[in-house]
Amino acid sequence: MAEATRIVATDCGSTTTKAILIERVDGEYRLRGRGEAPTTVEAPFDDVTVGVLNATGELEELTGCRFLAEARVRTPLDGEVGADLYVSTSSAGGGLQMLVTGVVKSMTAESAQRAALGAGAIVIDVIAVDDGRADHERIERIRSIRPDMILMSGGTEGGTVQHLLDAAEMLVAADPRPRLGRDFRLPVIYAGNSEALAGVREVLGERVELLRVDNLRPELEREELGPSREAIHRLFLEHVMAQAPGYDKLLTWTSAPVMSTPRAVGEMVQLAARDEGTDVLAVDIGGATTDIFSVFGGQFNRTVSANLGLSYSVCNVLAEAGTDGIRRWVPSRIEPEEVRNRLRNKMIRPTTIPQTAEDLLIEQAVAREALRLALAHHVGLASGLKGVQQARTMADVFTQTAGGETLVEMMSVGLIIGSGGILSHAPRREQAALMLIDAFEPQGVTRLAVDSIFMMPQLGVLASILPEAAMEVFRRDCLVPLGTVVAPVGRARGGNVILEWDIGGEQGELRAGELRQLRPPPGEMQQAELLPRRGMDVGAGRGRRWSGPVAGGAAGVILDGRGRPLELPEREDERAAALDEWLRAVEAMPGGPR
Amino acid sequence: MAVAYTPGLRVSEDAVIRKQRRLPMKGEVLVRPGDRVAADDIVARAEMPGHLHTVRAGQMLRIEPQELESCLLKRPGDGVTRGELIGQTKGLWGLFKTELRSPISGTLEEFSSTSGHLRIREPSRSVEVRAHVGGRTQEVIAGEGAVIEARGALIQGIFGVGGERRGALRAAVDGPEAVLHSEDVGECEGCVLVAGAGAESAAIAAAAEAGAVGLIVGAVRDDTLREYVGYDIGVAITGQEDVPMTLILTEGFGQLAMARRTWDLLGSLEGQLASIDGATQIRAGVMRPEVIVTREVGGAPGQENADRQVLVVGSRVRVIREPHFGALGGVIELPVELTEIETESKVRIAMVELDDGDEVRVPRANLELIEE
Repeated sequence: MAEATRIVATDCGSTTTKAILIERVDGEYRLRGRGEAPTTVEAPFDDVTVGVLNATGELEELTGCRFLAEARVRTPLDGEVGADLYVSTSSAGGGLQMLVTGVVKSMTAESAQRAALGAGAIVIDVIAVDDGRADHERIERIRSIRPDMILMSGGTEGGTVQHLLDAAEMLVAADPRPRLGRDFRLPVIYAGNSEALAGVREVLGERVELLRVDNLRPELEREELGPSREAIHRLFLEHVMAQAPGYDKLLTWTSAPVMSTPRAVGEMVQLAARDEGTDVLAVDIGGATTDIFSVFGGQFNRTVSANLGLSYSVCNVLAEAGTDGIRRWVPSRIEPEEVRNRLRNKMIRPTTIPQTAEDLLIEQAVAREALRLALAHHVGLASGLKGVQQARTMADVFTQTAGGETLVEMMSVGLIIGSGGILSHAPRREQAALMLIDAFEPQGVTRLAVDSIFMMPQLGVLASILPEAAMEVFRRDCLVPLGTVVAPVGRARGGNVILEWDIGGEQGELRAGELRQLRPPPGEMQQAELLPRRGMDVGAGRGRRWSGPVAGGAAGVILDGRGRPLELPEREDERAAALDEWLRAVEAMPGGPR
Repeated sequence: MAVAYTPGLRVSEDAVIRKQRRLPMKGEVLVRPGDRVAADDIVARAEMPGHLHTVRAGQMLRIEPQELESCLLKRPGDGVTRGELIGQTKGLWGLFKTELRSPISGTLEEFSSTSGHLRIREPSRSVEVRAHVGGRTQEVIAGEGAVIEARGALIQGIFGVGGERRGALRAAVDGPEAVLHSEDVGECEGCVLVAGAGAESAAIAAAAEAGAVGLIVGAVRDDTLREYVGYDIGVAITGQEDVPMTLILTEGFGQLAMARRTWDLLGSLEGQLASIDGATQIRAGVMRPEVIVTREVGGAPGQENADRQVLVVGSRVRVIREPHFGALGGVIELPVELTEIETESKVRIAMVELDDGDEVRVPRANLELIEE
């Protein structure tokens, strides 16, 4: 593998197939080019490889190299034709759609949901004893969805058997049909109490393809998601992918198993967190969905907010955030009905782009809300185990919590990575930075970056066989550093000084409510000395000095004195004035000075 | 690579239309290739098995699962009626028996000595698929349905709610710029009404109340749609709404005059039977709502412009995004190089002369071709 000098990688998305070329030149792996073409899993082509050939063909034109021979990507490299390695990811045809079942919603069902999401699936529904629905409602729901596979969990080892049998009965009554392939049996992964397996097998009979893996929650205090995730991935390849048009052919071309796109991104995010030695938060905001990936203390989590997106599902963001939730980010007066009509028109004509500054600001306002809602969803799911009895000391009596606290700790996040058109292609990089800051409210000192052309999927699958190549390209060509945000945590009020700063020899004071931008030379680390005022914290504790390096980038270093949690002025005119001032302060106002 | 502008929606006076009519499950196809069918004719039928209900018999009788069989008064395959005694414990000296009565009518399908549950299936229901359009059976899909080929007018809308319906077309307003008010509605039972630039919420309610089966209109306001459907539609996948009348928008949201060509075509079909469907899906495999009026015509179908999806100098276009949203015009120049627009993005643009004489630059992505 270390000999690989030319690598072709594709990502077959639901609308576009993207091909990239990575080459090793002077001992370094670098991105050489990128081509794309429409995905072809649907009629009239019904063959994913047509899109792969077209995208790779465009890559040939742009790079002057030849990769295709005998109507396939040739491996290994033969003279001047082909590549040493060819890898691919896929989310075409709607990705991997799963139904998960468990006993208690916040315990086994939530663990199962984490397992499925971490394996790159879209979880269409979570069925649990306490999900608030009657049996017939659950059955109706299961009938109406057509999952690619089901993950069944529930019961710790030695725990409930009856609830698992009930769940199996419910599946029989609902008789769910797989989405793809009429003639194959629906795969069901059983990851529940092993004592219930025989009964479940008897109830389900030959109706489904039952695969048993280790209990994903053998004890309340322990979660074992690995075996379930592996089984999901294996069944994804064996059943789901094999049913999708053209995948049987694609699987014979690749040098490593095809990975689902979100799983590949997850692999890359985990690799980045290890490489950087910090907690990482990454987001991919698309037209239909928003995925969030995080690594906190080495623990990886992923969530998909299936209906938070900026085109097909833009009106769902509107429904969830409310018109005022979106208007609050627009620095000018706009009637609620006008916002609603514009977003409806965007939904029905999703390929249109903003032409006016106002329209751009509305779209970026929607993005802030979609990101904020998706993070709230992630915070809820990326948590410790719920329902765990914790030994308490007397001190704990005064600080009791319900258990299952979120793992998401914004102060510990060292790097936030954004991807998706609205972030990667914002007319000004400063706009991408400010959207991430407003939506995620990073705390303390946090670096920001965007994935330049969304190549994390291809790098993620490449990392499975050649991690150093993936990491080199990730650092040099994939990430565009936006810079660093310094955000003191605490109530920032009344224009008081909340932070004294010295960054690369430049000094000053940051006042409450102020947003300020410094422009250190890009690519250079600057030594920072940050002294927050009493009650404020930048990472070393309230009122305590923080020292360390900070990196600049396309948006420089942004000092955010607006406090955490971020509160916008209540009055509309004051809010509009504040938003205008903040946009200008970081040079993010379209048409404003740079 | 991708088309850099929205291809126009089809508005054709004389098109060949092929509609696939399929059952949701295997069944019986009632037509043969070559058969002529009317819009209301049933082309395929199936018996859909009734839903299966699980009864926690063991728990209800307070017995162990393995005892269930001996307590059942019915065997698998037996018919049961709601309230009928279907199980009973032996009790103590013949007394204190616990009874189990059927919660529904149907057939006892099976019981499980593992879970102690039994399953009763509701009676099957008949599912029928109608031709929806009048025409000729072009192809039979064995056990599933048929492809009906028809000739006639086809108008695609941009967004709709409500499913397939059929009714006579009736113009309810004077012109494509007119908004539908309640007083315009009048007698319209079984009709598909046509309005212009918009429809008031009260007018939509009045039309539905009067028994109209459909309304085709240029645009409605977002709040009007919400009021009609009863909730906010979050994702652009529609067709299953529980609404009394199918609503089809031809232009978008807000107040937008119906395109003249669409208006004129609908006007020329006044009184004829229209087959309409509001189903919309704006993702891969785009599906738009449609209005079909079939007719018996001889000769070859009208030639649809083969290069209708190509934007060229002289193309008739509609601007589909602010600041000139809804304006019509003609393309006068297509610069090759990327041009910076107000947002500071560099994009491919077109120079368009709007019908009011203004010359404007518009990103190509914000243009929709219209055939006139």
